[in-house]
Amino acid sequence: MNISNVATAPSREASFARRVFDLGENSLRELNQALHDLAPGSNETAWEVLNPKGSHSVAVGVDQPVSIDVRGSVGYYCGGMNAGGAITVHGSAGPGVGENMMSGRIVVKGDASQYAGATGRGGLLVIEGNASSRCGISMKGIDIVVRGNIGHMSAFMAQSGNLVVLGDAGDALGDSIYEAGLFVRGKVKSLGADCIKKEMRPEHIALLQDLLDRAGIRDARPQEFTRYGSARTLYNFNIDNADAY
Amino acid sequence: MCGIVGLFLKDKSLEPRLGALLSEMLVSLTDRGPDSAGIAIYDSGAAGHGKITIQSSTPKADFEGLEADLGKKIGAKVSSIVKSTHAVLDVPADKLEEARAAIAELRPNVRLMGVGEAIEIYKEVGLPADVVKRFDLARMGGSHGIGHTRMATESAVTTLGAHPFSTGPDQCLVHNGSLSNHNNLRRELIRDGMRFETENDTEVAAAYLSSKIAHGQNLGEALQSSLEDLDGFFTFVVGTKNGFGVVRDPIACKPAVMAETDQYVAFGSEYRALANLPGIEEARVWEPEPSTVYFWEH
Repeated sequence: MNISNVATAPSREASFARRVFDLGENSLRELNQALHDLAPGSNETAWEVLNPKGSHSVAVGVDQPVSIDVRGSVGYYCGGMNAGGAITVHGSAGPGVGENMMSGRIVVKGDASQYAGATGRGGLLVIEGNASSRCGISMKGIDIVVRGNIGHMSAFMAQSGNLVVLGDAGDALGDSIYEAGLFVRGKVKSLGADCIKKEMRPEHIALLQDLLDRAGIRDARPQEFTRYGSARTLYNFNIDNADAY
Repeated sequence: MCGIVGLFLKDKSLEPRLGALLSEMLVSLTDRGPDSAGIAIYDSGAAGHGKITIQSSTPKADFEGLEADLGKKIGAKVSSIVKSTHAVLDVPADKLEEARAAIAELRPNVRLMGVGEAIEIYKEVGLPADVVKRFDLARMGGSHGIGHTRMATESAVTTLGAHPFSTGPDQCLVHNGSLSNHNNLRRELIRDGMRFETENDTEVAAAYLSSKIAHGQNLGEALQSSLEDLDGFFTFVVGTKNGFGVVRDPIACKPAVMAETDQYVAFGSEYRALANLPGIEEARVWEPEPSTVYFWEH
C-alpha cells in the first residue's frame, strides 16, 4: 500500500504525525481500509484526505476516535456509519452525509445535499451551510445542527434525537414524526402530518443551549427558536379511518 | 440512475474546449449509467446554414452518395461530415424541412438525431468513454452542450433510446428519472401533430416541451408548464439554439448540482462531474431547488 506520510522517519514521534491520503494518488479503498485497520488505542489519531473531488463513501465505517480532515467536497455517504470519528469536510457534501452515524462528530463547512444524517443513531452532525431535502429523515438518536436552511420533507418519520436549524425549513417539516425534537429559528414553510408547534420549557432551553455549544455556535440564543414535535395522533390506528385503506 | 452533464459557456475563449470539457464531465459519471451515452453540442455555423444529424446502422451504404442525391432532390449544395455511425449534413437553413423529408425518402433506414442551425447530436449504446472516442467529441467546439449517460428503466437499450432526445429544431432534452403519465401524454401529443420514434418516456417530455414552444411559449414558460403536466421523477436539462435550462420535479430525489462562474454555467448529476472544471474552486456551487425553473440565454 502506498501511503504518503508527512513524516518519514520511523521514530516514535512519527506515529503521531498526521497521516495524509491524497485521493489523486491513493485509491479510496486504500484510505477506507487503512481507517478500518486501526487498532483500538492506535497513535494514528490525525488524518488528512486531499483531492476528494466528489468521491463517494469517503471515511465510511470509521470505528476509532480519530480526527479526519477532508480538504474539498465529497460525494455520496461521507462518514456513513461513523462510530466515534471526528470528521470535518472542508467543502460541501453530497447525498447521505453521516448516514446511520452511531457516535462521534461530523462537521461540513459548506452545504450538504439530500438526506443528511438519515437514520442516524447517535453523534453530532453539524452543517455550517444549508442542508437540502430530507435532512434527518428517519433519525434515531443523532443530533443535527444546521446553520443555514433545510429543504422539504426534513425529519420525516424522525424517531429520536434533535434537529436544530438556525435558518428556515422547507415544506412538510417533521411529517409522521415520532419523538425527535425539532428546533427552528427561522420560518417553517409548512409542517407535515402530525407535526405541531410546542412550548419551549426550561429543559428544552437547556438542551438547545448544550447543542449549540457543542456545535460551536455562539451567535444564536435558544430563546430565538421554536420547538416542533409530534402531536402523537398517528401512533395508533384510528378505526374511523378504516375506509381509507 | 443515469448521469447528466451540461455546460453553457459565457466566455467565448472557452468555446474551442467545449467538447473536451463536456466529454470529461460525462466520463466521470460513467458508473451512473453504462448502457448508452450521448451528447448534443451547439455550434452556430455560418449564417444561412442548417445542420441535420443522422444515424445509420449501415453507414457505408446509407451515407455514400447521399450529398449528391440530397443536393439533387432539394436543388441546393449539400456537404457532410461522417463520424462513425453518424453524419452531419450541411444544407441551406431555409431548406431544412424539405431536406428532412427528402432524407426519409432517399434513405428510409436512416434515423434522424437532430435538426437545426446549431445543434449536432451524437449518441450510441456503450460506455461514455467509448462513445466520446467514437465520435471524437473531445475535439469539438461550441457555445453550449448537454450530455447523458443512461441506465435504462423505461425502454430498451438502443441507439434511439439513448439521450439526448430532440423533437424540435435546435431543441434537445436529457432526463434523469422516470415519468409515469407518458403513455397518455404521448397520445395527446400525437393528436397535436407531434411525431415519435420510440416508446421512451423522455422522448415524450422532449415532445411536450417542443409542442409548448411551437404554441408560443418560451423555454422558461414551457419548463414551468411541465411541472403541472408531467407526473413522475425528473431532473431535466434542456438546450435550445441560444439557451440552456434546468428543472427538477417537486420531490427532487434525482440529484443535481450546479456551478456558475464568469466563464460558464455548469450542471452535473454529482459534484464529481464539475470537480475538474477551470476555476471551480471559486465558482458559486449550489443545488437547484425543486419545482424551480432555471435558464440562461446568450
